Amino acid sequence: MRFGVVVFPGTWSDRDCGWAIERALGAGVRYLWHRDRDLGGVDCVVLPGGFSYGDYLRPGAIARFSPVMEAVREFAERGGLVWGICNGFQVLCEAGLLPGALIRNACLEFRCQWVHLRCERDDLPFTQGLRGRVLRMPIAHQEGNYQADPETLARLEERHQVVFRYCDERGETGGEANPNGSAHDIAGIVNPRGNVLGMMPHPERCAEADLGGTDGLLLFRSVAKAALALVGGG
Amino acid sequence: MIARVIVAPKPVVNDPQGATVHRALASLGFAEVSGVRIGKYVEIQLTAGSVEEASSRVEAMCRELLANQVIEDFRFEIDPGTLPRP
Repeated sequence: MRFGVVVFPGTWSDRDCGWAIERALGAGVRYLWHRDRDLGGVDCVVLPGGFSYGDYLRPGAIARFSPVMEAVREFAERGGLVWGICNGFQVLCEAGLLPGALIRNACLEFRCQWVHLRCERDDLPFTQGLRGRVLRMPIAHQEGNYQADPETLARLEERHQVVFRYCDERGETGGEANPNGSAHDIAGIVNPRGNVLGMMPHPERCAEADLGGTDGLLLFRSVAKAALALVGGG
Repeated sequence: MIARVIVAPKPVVNDPQGATVHRALASLGFAEVSGVRIGKYVEIQLTAGSVEEASSRVEAMCRELLANQVIEDFRFEIDPGTLPRP
């Protein structure tokens, strides 16, 4: 099982993802440079957090045109697992692989804090066995306020594409539990096929007890299990 | 030629920056302000055979990159500048 971790100029969470994958999970990592057109046969592509291309114009707006993103798009179309975290989520929205957009936090502050998330699906490669679980993860972003037009939001709900919602420690949504003003308390969404996930919180930063939490490791383990099942199932 | 492009948040999208600047203006005593929206100004120097051609190219630039139409609208004007006279 090998993860591909994409590195754009300005990406900063690539090594954190690599550490979580190699040290905490025990799987392999291949770093994919933004100019690469070949994903090297990885089982899951991670688009990590950071400030790709300096967040110029809009977060993710330039990264979406990089050569590696063409390969990622083809990989996703073939059903490959693509996982955008923080800036990676912004890139996936800009690339049209996920609907909607992430705008400036309603509070206008860069938010760097622990949040709680309610997991709404357990039939996805990313979240097996996690439905209804309240996970604790860090966020670190200024543009994490998910917005889409009312029709898109209704469609996301109808098709159960909302995977994570900001909530309090008991799993209740609303009020202060939402750190950025995100519509419908959305912290993460998936495409209709279920193989492209975007989320603002950082699972790679809570994959070891030394970092204050291990809930992120649950997602990495789920992806590894799903990838093995795919390989095993031929 | 010069294209002057304005990219602004769609009216239905909430604009936290605009709302904050609105409050700041109100606190400075500008009570007449009833709304503030904050967007981007992009100035593009380009060559084109005509204003129409420049317009269609700039329109494409806005759609493909300069504006994210999920959340933003755009408008622009073309300044022909020192276009050679026919």
